[in-house]
Order: sequence, then C-alpha cells, then structure tokens
Amino acid sequence: MSATLTAESLSLAYDKCTVVDGLDLAVPAGRVTAIVGPNGCGKSTLLRGLSRLLSPTEGRVLLDGQVIGELPTKEVARRLGLLPQQPIVPEGITVLELVERGRHPHHGLFKQWSRDDESVVAAALEMTELVDLAGTPVDSLSGGQRQRAWVAMALAQRTPALLLDEPTSFLDIAHQIDVLELVRDLNAREGTTVVMVLHDLAMAARYADHLVAMCDGAIVAQGSPDQIVTPTVIESVFGIAASVVADPTTGDPVVIPHRRKRDRT
Amino acid sequence: MTTPLLDRPTAVHAKPLHHDNDDTVASLRTVRRRVHRRHWILLAALTALVIGLFLVRALLGDYRISFADGIRMISGTTIPGASFIFMESTLPRACMAVLAGAAFAAAGAAFQSMLRNPLASPDVLGINLGASAAAVFAVVLLGWSGMPVTLVAFAGAVAVAVTIHAFAGRGGAATGRMILVGVGLAAVLSSVVHWVLLRADIYRAQDALVWLTGSLGTVTWGEIARLGTVVAVALPLLVVVTRQLGILALGDDLAAGLGLRATRLRGLITALVVALTASATAVCGPIAFVGFLSGPIAHRLAAGRTSIPAAALVGAALVLAADYVSAYAVPGTAYPVGVITGLAGAPVLVWLLIAGRRSIQEK
Repeated sequence: MSATLTAESLSLAYDKCTVVDGLDLAVPAGRVTAIVGPNGCGKSTLLRGLSRLLSPTEGRVLLDGQVIGELPTKEVARRLGLLPQQPIVPEGITVLELVERGRHPHHGLFKQWSRDDESVVAAALEMTELVDLAGTPVDSLSGGQRQRAWVAMALAQRTPALLLDEPTSFLDIAHQIDVLELVRDLNAREGTTVVMVLHDLAMAARYADHLVAMCDGAIVAQGSPDQIVTPTVIESVFGIAASVVADPTTGDPVVIPHRRKRDRT
Repeated sequence: MTTPLLDRPTAVHAKPLHHDNDDTVASLRTVRRRVHRRHWILLAALTALVIGLFLVRALLGDYRISFADGIRMISGTTIPGASFIFMESTLPRACMAVLAGAAFAAAGAAFQSMLRNPLASPDVLGINLGASAAAVFAVVLLGWSGMPVTLVAFAGAVAVAVTIHAFAGRGGAATGRMILVGVGLAAVLSSVVHWVLLRADIYRAQDALVWLTGSLGTVTWGEIARLGTVVAVALPLLVVVTRQLGILALGDDLAAGLGLRATRLRGLITALVVALTASATAVCGPIAFVGFLSGPIAHRLAAGRTSIPAAALVGAALVLAADYVSAYAVPGTAYPVGVITGLAGAPVLVWLLIAGRRSIQEK
C-alpha cells in the first residue's frame, strides 16, 4: 500500500502573498519523509499544497501520477490521509465515534456500516491502544491520548499515503515517542508513504528515512538524516551553529546547538 | 548511512492492522449500542412528551373533549358544540404548533451546529426577519394577504440567506463572517420593519404586530397542509444531510482531508434551513426564541451531542406548551404564542449559560 506523491514546479500563495515558489519534490514511496525548517519557512503550506487543501497558483501535485486537483475529493481521501496541526475537538463524541469518522471516504450517503468497517476501526483502536477508552468522550482525554485518537482516525481511513502536520506539538517527550513509533509501525507494516512536518530535528533524524530541509519557501537540502543533519545544513537552514554527534545506542545523528555568544552581555 | 528499515526499533506490542479481531469488534459493538440506546430512549421520551402535550392542547381547552369524542370528530362525526372548537381551533392549532416548532427548532439546531456557534440560529442571523420584513411590507403597504404573502416572505428569507452566503465567501473564516453578516442584516431588517409599521395605519399595524410576535390564532387547514408538506420533505432530508456535520465539526481542513465538500454541504443545509424557517415564518410569524433555544436544550438533554430529531421534538413541545399557556393563562385574554416563548425564552437562556458554565467547572 504505497503511494507516490510528487510536486512539479509548485507555487503556493495565500491571497497574493507567495509562500512557496516553484518547488519540485518527489516524495519517496513507502518511506517516512520529514519536512524540517524554521518557523514560517512554508513547510505547513507545502503540506497543505500536497494535500490539495491549497490550490497551486502554478505547477501541480501528482498523486500516483494523476493531478490531485482533478481527482474527485472523495477518491483522494481514499488514497491520501491528512492530520492537520490542530484539529477541532468536537463536543460530546466518543473516541469510537471519532475514529469511525475516518471511514467517511469509503461511504456513500446511504451505505450501511459493514463488518469490514468495524474490523478496520477495531484494528486502528488496537494499534493506538485506545480500545479501553472507546466509550470515553474525546474532550475528556489527555493531550497524548487525544493525539493517539486523531492518529487512530487517520489509520481508520486506510490510505496508502498519510500527511501529518506537526503530530507531536504540545506533547511531552514520552508521548512524542509514542506517536512517532506508531507512525513507524504503520510504515513498516503497511508500507504507507508518510510525510510529516516536524520542528524537532533530533526526532526527525531518528524517525524519518528522508529529510527535506526548507528555508524561505524553497528546499535547501534533502536526503538521508546523515546527509542532512550536519553542522553546515543546520547553519544554512536555521542560522545557528551546532555540533552533530552520533547517538551512542542507535548511531542516529544528534544535534547539540551552541549558545549564541552575542546574546550574552 | 541510514539504518535499514527493519533494524529500526519498532514497538513489539503493536498488533498488525489486519488480523482476526473479533473480540475487539464485539466489545466496540457494545460501546456503540450503549450510545445508540441512550439516544433512542431520549427520542422516545421526547415523542411521548410531544404526544401528551398535543392531546392536552387539542382536547383540554375551555371546552373539555374526551379522547373518544376527539377520534370520532376526526373521522367525520359532528358533535354539536364541540366540533367547531375542536376542528376549527384547538386541533389545527395543536397541529400547527407541532409543525412550526419542529421546523424552527430543526432549522435552528442545524445552523448552530453547522456554524459551530450556539448564537447562530436563523432568527439571530436575520433569516426570519427577512421573511418578516417582506411580509410586513406586503401586508401593510401593498395590502396583500394569503398565499402571495407566504411567497413574498419566502423570497425575503431566501434573499437574506443568499446575501449571507455571498458575503461570507469561502475558506476557514467563512463561518465567522456568516454570523457577522447575518447579525448586521438582522439589524438593518428590523429597522425596515419599524419603518413600515410607522407608516402604516393603526389597524393594519395592529395586525402586522400580532403576526410579527408569532401567532397560531388564525391557522387554517390549508396552511397546515402547506407547511406539513415542506416539513415532511425538508426535515428528513435535513436529518440525513446533517449526519455529515459530524465530519465538518472536525474543522474544514480535516473535513476536506476526509473527502467532504464543505461549501456544497453548507449550501445544501442552508437551502433546507431556509425552506423550513421561511415556510413556518410565513404562516405563523417568527415565534420568538424557538429556533434559538431548542438546539441548546436538546444538546444538553443528549449529553453534549447534536441531534436534529431531538431538537425538532423539543421545539414542538415548546410551542405546544407555550400556545396552551398563551391561550389560557390569563382568563379572557389570548396572547400570541410568541409573547410566551419570548418571556420564557430569556430565563431558559440564562439557565443554559449558568448550567453550561457549571458543567465546565466540574470538569
């Protein structure tokens, strides 16, 4: 269940203000890709463009070789899942009802709820360890549980590609790891093509196969974590000096930012 | 080099997405059934309440009629004395109360849920006022009556809804703009109504005021048939379509990600809401607060979830009860039903606000 997602000379703008200008990107199929970069560099905008929420002013986005804006939106929703940064928590509904909404693209207006739907929802809740909380209202969950519930909803959508916008923001370190492990599991078992925006470079280096570094609406560098997480790239993308050392247990690159001398008096 | 995929740490406890998960499916079914059962019990209780109030309104007026006599009169027997009051006054008023209450309430709850704001009912957004302004203009200045007034009222409501949609535009902030434009239009239209009333001669102004307050006093079987047809078509459609509001409630981005066309859904719901609100307003005036209050009341009764059928039943019960009170509370004087819903509405609103605040604090 892998999907290919490509951007060709893609330009994206809010009203007249161009944020992404003539960007080319081929997302590696069946891999986990992380988009990193400083605040305001256009990484969330790029994700909105890739997910057809924002129509390109120029260029195009291809999903499995077809122009995404020309496909019926429900057809796209069966192939490409999306978790926005801060989805609205609806009042009063249970975790189960939330996760069941992930089945929406697979249903018509009158189609009956099937055994297959039930099984997919059950599997999504099991994978996110939320079975025991199925009857609990979503608005009474903790932040970590709530994020798992959103991921479970995205899992229930059963798409070969999944886009996540900052899935770990506002989570403590343990819950960040929970969510990212879940993403890796999904990729390992289903071959799902994952693209996520992450602001934490260390987490991105650990959990992604492919890193895309952005600055000012353009891709500055892309490649494996070893190629991207280097003092030179960090300097050019974030404008800070940093050392990169190997994690003693996994060998993944770890970033140690230096203090800015000029800030000290 | 990157670590090969399979060597990366994966959680051992996680189960694959495809496997035999009968136990989980069964336990989820019980959760689902529990939620559904609660909803059905609420709907059954509200239906019983509406039937009870309907019987009280139709049978227990100034002139008490037994249930058996009521059935006989509906099936065609004439009972001297009782028949006129029952067939021409209490029964049609009870029918109209149910239809108008359900129409206003379902429309209100659908709008509040669609715009994610309990203030955003059609009466607050000026849709009722659009119908009122057009109708009052036609009655007072043009001297029209009957069916043409209904059509003009309908056109007024549609014009307001179209204006709101045109100004709101598309995108994430559309709902906020819809509310602002609607509240603004409501202010303009209420000035128009006042201007028309000031220009009118006193007797026509009196008639127009009774209609503006919302009254079931002059209901005819023809009007009941007209509104009944609209409700019978639009209400079930609204119930089906608003199921998709559950998806829209997750935010426009996520809804789009799930393949929902938010703009089209909003358009469809608005069309149904306008049809219900305009038809009911055209017949019995904008009965105050019913569209605004029924949604939040049903919302509280249903433990925080939106249910259009529950809201419709609450609306029917509210108008039945208010009409009964307005007709018999003060002996010898019959007030328009809108006076009672208006008087009772404000305290209920305050109670809702206080109760809502308390339940948030308890969390």
